[in-house]
Amino acid sequence: MTALLVALGASVGAPARLLAGRVLDSRTHWGTLLVNLVGSAFLGWLVGHGVDGRPLTLLGTGFCGAFTTYSAMAVQSVDRGGLRGAAYAVGSVLGCLAVAWAGYQLG
Amino acid sequence: MTPPRLGVALGAAAAGGILGSLARAGLTSWLPVSDAFPWTVFWINVVGSAVLASVPALAAVRRTPWLGVFLGTGVLGGFTTMSTASEQSVALFEHHHVLTGVFYCAGTLAAAVAAVAAVGRWIPAPDRVAAEAAGVDE
Repeated sequence: MTALLVALGASVGAPARLLAGRVLDSRTHWGTLLVNLVGSAFLGWLVGHGVDGRPLTLLGTGFCGAFTTYSAMAVQSVDRGGLRGAAYAVGSVLGCLAVAWAGYQLG
Repeated sequence: MTPPRLGVALGAAAAGGILGSLARAGLTSWLPVSDAFPWTVFWINVVGSAVLASVPALAAVRRTPWLGVFLGTGVLGGFTTMSTASEQSVALFEHHHVLTGVFYCAGTLAAAVAAVAAVGRWIPAPDRVAAEAAGVDE
């Protein structure tokens, strides 16, 4: 059951991230950044709201986990390189931390 | 290398995302972290980032763009996670493990970027550019 819920959430999350990337990513990866921010805020809210068990497996582990990505952010920032790449990486991590915290407080 | 058609790319991302997410869920449930530092997700994100950096080197990916989307955006995008990393940091801060939270946050980024840069030295620049154009790292 857990695997099915994870798979179900991921089957929506991963293609949604690809779509955001295709529409919004250019020299700066706005799509990936937006996806990471939205997913982090949503997971923070879920946990803050006390969501657990199967709903958290579906929405948190499955959807948010597949929707957001660490690997693409790391590769994109190294590919950009320099100050721009560093700003993107640090901005992503701090931004996601801030919205996850805000989501947790609101939840 | 041209990006695969949108329908094909979405299907490849979904299939890969399911596999990567199941691997992540499996690892975090089999290797639950008892002490304060979330080592399992730390390694998932660092290793997943390093492997994503190596995808453009695969000859099969250069020949078959949807395979790159399946492996990169799908499997590795689904395997690694920014949301869980952020939420775990928030949980550490909320439980007054502030220093651990800072080390977790900064340590994951430093290790992931260092691993990607180290792998990238072995990948020819044209392959990296082609993979990015094909949407391997979205």
